[in-house]
Amino acid sequence: MTDIDNNNERKRALALHRTMLSIRRFEEAAEIAQRDGEIPGTLHLSIGQEAVAAGVCSALEPADLITSTHRGHGHSIAKGASLSAMMAELFGRVTGTCKGKGGSMHIADFSAGMLGANGVVGGGLGIAVGAAQGLRVRGSEAVTACFFGDGAVNRGPFLESLNWAATFRLPVLFVCEDNGYAAFTETARLTAGAGPAARAESLGIQSMVVDGNDVLAVADAAAAMVERLRREGGPAFIHAQTYRLRGHTIADQGAYRDAERHSRQELRDPILLMRQRLTDWNLSQDVQRLQVEVETEIAAALVAAREAVFPEPASIYAEVQDIGAPA
Amino acid sequence: MTTQTVLEAVRDGLAEEMRRDATVWAVGEDLHIGGLYGQYRGLISEFGPDRIVASPISEAMIVSAGLGGALAGTRPVVEMRIADFALSAIDELVNQIAKARFMFGGQARVPVVVRLPQGMVTGSAAQHSQSLESWYVHVPGLVVLAPSTAADCKGLLKSAIRCEDPVIFIEPRAIWQNTGEIPEGDHCVPIGEARLVRKGGDVTVVTWSTMASVAHKAVEACVETGTDVELLDLRSLWPWDTGAVFASVKKTGRLLVVHEAVQVCGLGAEIVATVVENVHGDLCRPPRRLGAPRAPVPFSPPLEAAYRVSQQNIEQAIREMVAP
Ligand SMILES: Cc1ncc(C[n+]2csc(CCOP(=O)(O)OP(=O)(O)O)c2C)c(N)n1
Ligand SMILES: [Mg+2]
Repeated sequence: MTDIDNNNERKRALALHRTMLSIRRFEEAAEIAQRDGEIPGTLHLSIGQEAVAAGVCSALEPADLITSTHRGHGHSIAKGASLSAMMAELFGRVTGTCKGKGGSMHIADFSAGMLGANGVVGGGLGIAVGAAQGLRVRGSEAVTACFFGDGAVNRGPFLESLNWAATFRLPVLFVCEDNGYAAFTETARLTAGAGPAARAESLGIQSMVVDGNDVLAVADAAAAMVERLRREGGPAFIHAQTYRLRGHTIADQGAYRDAERHSRQELRDPILLMRQRLTDWNLSQDVQRLQVEVETEIAAALVAAREAVFPEPASIYAEVQDIGAPA
Repeated sequence: MTTQTVLEAVRDGLAEEMRRDATVWAVGEDLHIGGLYGQYRGLISEFGPDRIVASPISEAMIVSAGLGGALAGTRPVVEMRIADFALSAIDELVNQIAKARFMFGGQARVPVVVRLPQGMVTGSAAQHSQSLESWYVHVPGLVVLAPSTAADCKGLLKSAIRCEDPVIFIEPRAIWQNTGEIPEGDHCVPIGEARLVRKGGDVTVVTWSTMASVAHKAVEACVETGTDVELLDLRSLWPWDTGAVFASVKKTGRLLVVHEAVQVCGLGAEIVATVVENVHGDLCRPPRRLGAPRAPVPFSPPLEAAYRVSQQNIEQAIREMVAP
């Protein structure tokens, strides 16, 4: 393929690439900071899965809502959460998205429509469906997207949420981000039936299976689904097949993984695939410019996080509850 | 003043709040026919199916609808049908609703009311009768209410709906049909204040929910035989009215806490401990608790009768506490 002629298409492709780069570089920086002891606790990195977050969120408006998972940095960034507030949250600082009270697994940015990562597998599904119902009560036309892993499809909330959204025709986009593993288990080994999309179809929910490492494919699928949700109501379901290039947590070396599959997947890194495409379209200069921009932003986020102060111990008692607040 | 049953009072309380605020809506099983007990009767015709949402049997999703709905800017009222079924949504209640505001650094408010009709009714046995209010009181982030009279049930439900914190609203299902006087107008009861049912100087009885009506009869019987009992209906379990309880204990020197829940690790333990820590010098007798044995609620009538905290049990405990 040679030059990409349509200006809008070019802009869109570069924007998607930029989002993926931001996620990748944010997580790589966080990974180092965690190893250096600057970030407490562990991290669930989405390195290798960036196309799902970037593609899906490209179909959403600022007023639309999302819920996320324990592996949620990418979803937050793609929905527009502030990189520096997110980094500060990982560092446990008062300038973090959650004032240092949540950390990686509870990042939220309500100003960007990001209603929270979740430490409970499957915890975000019902919240997304409930948010869609709340939006209906308020007469809002916004849609809600809900990210969850392949492991979540075996928990009860998956059935309860899908059935509910289908029954009430709520405009929810369910996105199963299938990275092949649930913690240290190959999910397919313990999942009966023909897969997540088949489960959704069995409830009459329109579903698509997409290559979750092809950001344009994800973006197209999401755009089509979201357009339909806005027009006809919902819900809709995307099964995005991707791969986790890092361990389950930062401590996990992934010894249980199939080495051959892993090497194959390294070549299908979504950022490599997209960079190749952009190069084919004669956009390498733009790619380099984006890389520099993202690098600058990540560096600034790290500096700001390091310089920010820790929360005061007394803030433990704030924001628990107004009535019957702890003393 | 008008006279209403508890059931009518809470139905009117919800309807008034829904008229006042278009972001208030209710969700639960069988709400289209008024709910299991009729506490939503007639509301769907006034407010329509988007605000009186008749849901599938999906307790986890019902509670999630409350949380998601709150995060999206509304004030959901969530019906659990019977308190026992809230256990199918305990992750949503404890891990999600109670913590969302704190975890997200104050970005989220969760003005949800979770309604739990609770307690023993004849023949309901182990999975339709238990009282687990102390679980919820233990969880940071939750307000826990357990009124007993028609006026308090209405007034506290209205306050709960206006509350910015998530509220566990425990309803006395055994006494839905009890009647009481309801003040006219916009009747709200402040959260955190006990109701002084009877003033007295000899012994303080603290209780709540259905037990308040049982204890009231026991107290009247004791008063007739010359014991001057002070009876406090706590109404709010978190926060609970330490001021009213301390003041009463300072006066009487004797404290009896009565609850329908299992005595071990029931809320009575917390109340007694708090009193002992704070006003032990005023106690002339060891405080006492009266609760159910540490066994599941049984079915057969004689077993059930033996299990229940009865009016007689309460009278006897009061008499023992004032015996020389
Ligand atoms: C209810 C619940 N069970 C178990 C866990 C521990 N846990 C955290 S992540 C995870 C794996 C989840 O797999 P998946 O849904 O595929 O998401 P992924 O980690 O692959 O992104 C497990 C078991 C949890 N957080 N919550
Ligand atoms: Mg997975």
